[in-house]
Amino acid sequence: MKLAYWMYAGPAHIGTLRVASSFKNVHAIMHAPLGDDYFNVMRSMLERERDFTAASSSIVDRHVLAHGSQERVVDNILRKDKEERPDLIILTPTCTSSILQEDLQNFVYRASIISDSNVIFADVDHYQVNEIQAADRTLEQVVRYYLDRLDRCYRQEKLDQFLTNAPSVNIIGIFTLGFHNQHDCRELRRLLRDLDIGINQIIPEGGSVEDLKNLPKAWFNLIPYREVGLMTAMYLNKEYGMPYISTAPMGAVDMAEWIRQIQKNVNTLTLSSSIKRVDYEHYIDGQTRFVSQAAWFSRSIDCQNLTGKETVVFGDATHAASITKILAREMGIRVSCSGTYCKHDAEWFKEQIQGFCDEILITDDHAEVGYMIAQMEPSAIFGTQMERHIGKRLDIPCGVISAPVHIQNFPLGYRPFLGYEGTNQIADLVYNSFALGMEDHLLDIFGGHDTKEVITKSLSTDTGLIWNPESRLELSKIPRFVREKVKINTEKLARQKGIETITVEVMYASKEAFNS
Amino acid sequence: MSVKVYETLTVECETGNYHTFCPISCVSWLYQKIEDSFFLVVGTKTCGYFLQNALGVMIFAEPRYAMAELEEGDISAQLNDYEGLKRLCIQIKKDRDPSVIIWIGTCTTEIIKMDLEGMAPKLEWEIGIPILVARANGLDYAFTQGEDTVLAAMAHRCPEPELFVRERKLTISIKKHELGEYANSPSLVLFGSLPSNVASQLNLELKRQSIKVSGWLPAQRYTDLPSLGDGVYVCGVNPFLSRTATTLIRRKKCELIGAPFPIGPDGTRAWIEKICPVFGVETQGLEEREERIWESLKDYLDLVRGKSVFFMGDNLLEVSLARFLIRCGMIVHEIGIPYMDKRYQAAELLLLQDTCIKMCVPIPRIVEKPDNSNQIQRIRELQPDLAITGMAHANPLEARGISTKWSVEFTFAQIHGFANARDVLELVTRPLRRQKNLEDLGRTTLVIKKNKFKMSQ
Repeated sequence: MKLAYWMYAGPAHIGTLRVASSFKNVHAIMHAPLGDDYFNVMRSMLERERDFTAASSSIVDRHVLAHGSQERVVDNILRKDKEERPDLIILTPTCTSSILQEDLQNFVYRASIISDSNVIFADVDHYQVNEIQAADRTLEQVVRYYLDRLDRCYRQEKLDQFLTNAPSVNIIGIFTLGFHNQHDCRELRRLLRDLDIGINQIIPEGGSVEDLKNLPKAWFNLIPYREVGLMTAMYLNKEYGMPYISTAPMGAVDMAEWIRQIQKNVNTLTLSSSIKRVDYEHYIDGQTRFVSQAAWFSRSIDCQNLTGKETVVFGDATHAASITKILAREMGIRVSCSGTYCKHDAEWFKEQIQGFCDEILITDDHAEVGYMIAQMEPSAIFGTQMERHIGKRLDIPCGVISAPVHIQNFPLGYRPFLGYEGTNQIADLVYNSFALGMEDHLLDIFGGHDTKEVITKSLSTDTGLIWNPESRLELSKIPRFVREKVKINTEKLARQKGIETITVEVMYASKEAFNS
Repeated sequence: MSVKVYETLTVECETGNYHTFCPISCVSWLYQKIEDSFFLVVGTKTCGYFLQNALGVMIFAEPRYAMAELEEGDISAQLNDYEGLKRLCIQIKKDRDPSVIIWIGTCTTEIIKMDLEGMAPKLEWEIGIPILVARANGLDYAFTQGEDTVLAAMAHRCPEPELFVRERKLTISIKKHELGEYANSPSLVLFGSLPSNVASQLNLELKRQSIKVSGWLPAQRYTDLPSLGDGVYVCGVNPFLSRTATTLIRRKKCELIGAPFPIGPDGTRAWIEKICPVFGVETQGLEEREERIWESLKDYLDLVRGKSVFFMGDNLLEVSLARFLIRCGMIVHEIGIPYMDKRYQAAELLLLQDTCIKMCVPIPRIVEKPDNSNQIQRIRELQPDLAITGMAHANPLEARGISTKWSVEFTFAQIHGFANARDVLELVTRPLRRQKNLEDLGRTTLVIKKNKFKMSQ
């Protein structure tokens, strides 16, 4: 048992639901008590989804507790099958259902015999994995389910003829409620078009499970975020010998590295065919010099002023590692501490940022992060929504670079973090965070823009009206943002009616009077 | 249209596959209401995730609630529950020094049968802070019913009145002016958690009728809980407090005043009119007052008149709101509601029926434990002007040209009493006003045509 106020990664079923609802025509059924379908609210609110989220519950109530789910789960699966005709139904356990120890696998088996849809049981353990790990697992599970059904010889022998004629890739790991995933996906498409590489499939976002059997047609796989998709890539590598690139194309240096890896992969596979070998060096050079402003920004006077400034970075493994490298390597900013909450991937993370920061912090306790930031007193923080709030409390500016995030980090405008446009976005984010901090600091030194303390917003403080103690107390209970208005209205009414002492009654009489 | 019209009041029941908030969400408003409390939710990551996302920015304001997050060892009983809770409660006592710790039992504690009620008194004695237990879990309850479970637990801690009120009058001298100002001698306690300024508005409303409210359950501080006992009259201000009402009647021997709820000017007037006769008071100027409020709502009433509403149901305020909206001239197609206590809501249901007759509209169907999927089909057929629904369905419905209002806002907005009637209509008309603003832009349906849920046009 532990005392917890906040968590960076959600419970396992959220990960499963995110993958399920990213695919087209896949329905997730949660085995959960009333109220556990909060995922639908998040998707509808944060992503501003226009469609109903394809996730529903098979409710666990008192009755289920006493007698077991019996026919209920199977009935719910069959009902969804009839109503929505999904390609796949994923039965999702929750923390509640996993301690009930019902044989959900058996329900899935029974339902799959009768239903037209495919039915699988999400193989995630609530007490072992978190949201991110569960998403990774579920994606692999779905891919495996559709590929393992293919004939073995079809898999092995025909593999070569099976590849697309021109070089093509799968992008794995773009999905719903991901941090700037939609924008990143668009940026990757653009990049691959520039490189003349076809996109075979993007999963899970917008993908169809019926097409998964064609995944091996691609020449290799791209895993932009290592949190989700790596398991799938490893599976495809093992079974089909598909190479994969797990470097995140974030920041100018890693971008170049990523494109060179693509080049290498394409050229290896073209050895035996008649297709020309590719050389992307010229492209990298042009993009880095002129499309991305980041390289120029690093040499500009603006960035010079940031040299040696101290920062703290915290987030998921992919973003925290990439941003740390960008700050240290590309902008000359000192990263005092870099950390991640992806404890399961700590080794990789440490290896990545070795030499780019003074200290490394691996934790999922926000209090520990807050303490560390308070100790270091950096000039800026790059972290999640939580670090933004820590920054607010400590008066340190913060740029948000990783999930978990709130609705303001699901922007409508084009804000990729990946690719060459991404380098521009990141440069803006970094520069704006510091510039604001600096401006704030100068204002503080010179006593602010204006004389600070304004006692009251009205021009004359002497109204000649007396607020009795009760009404004064009542006024103080009114939320601050409307308090002034209530005060003005009440005094207005008192003056109209010739009342000298303001009581609680007068206050509420004025509310009624001025409402209309 | 295949939708039935009812002459009398009937309650149907569907499958219970509907979207609502988990009842542990009650900590969000109760910790703010009860200033010296600390809420400890004993549950899993799932509960924590819900709270942290549903409560958004509140999380960052150093809230007086936390999760006692159960780990695998707790579930498999390898760890000692009592020692675990003791460790956390001692830490809470050290860090926050609350006057009461409220344990919120969840689905998990139910399933593993953690004996919270058994452990609380022992630990309370050991650490010297009152510990209350409320089982606000999703197995049994929906959303606002969470508050009901907490208040029911709290009712047990209310002190007994020192003496019978009749005797007290003889033994304790009461200041003369106090006797003159108020008519009632037995005390009246109101139950239901309201923002303190709304509570004082209702206090004032009764004061105008010379009725003194001797206390509220809950009070602003745990240490100020009202006295309850034989001869004390109690009256609810919210429709979801049936367990609390039952506890007050059965365990505390209070007299319940069954009344409609003070939501809307009609409800507020009916509420006062039910309370006054109990204390032998004749109401004064209530009719004119209600009239004046309706008068002041005129601009909003013009907007809503003749428009239709569909309540999908998730917070139990539905019947009271529907009754008010019918009185405003709206047509209500369906009142979805998680749970219907016909006894506790009897007066409200009667007022609903009377209002329908008065306004010459058929009584809407009331659907208990609704099925969201069926409801969406019905919304598609009925094409209501407004659907009052949870956030899970709001955006998808808007994209299909159905105006929606997020139901949770009614829980957090100030909707009680005469003065706040306007706030209810402010909420209800907001989508209608927005629609009017955007009317000329076209494109009310913003989903791809082939979608099977496509609705208008």
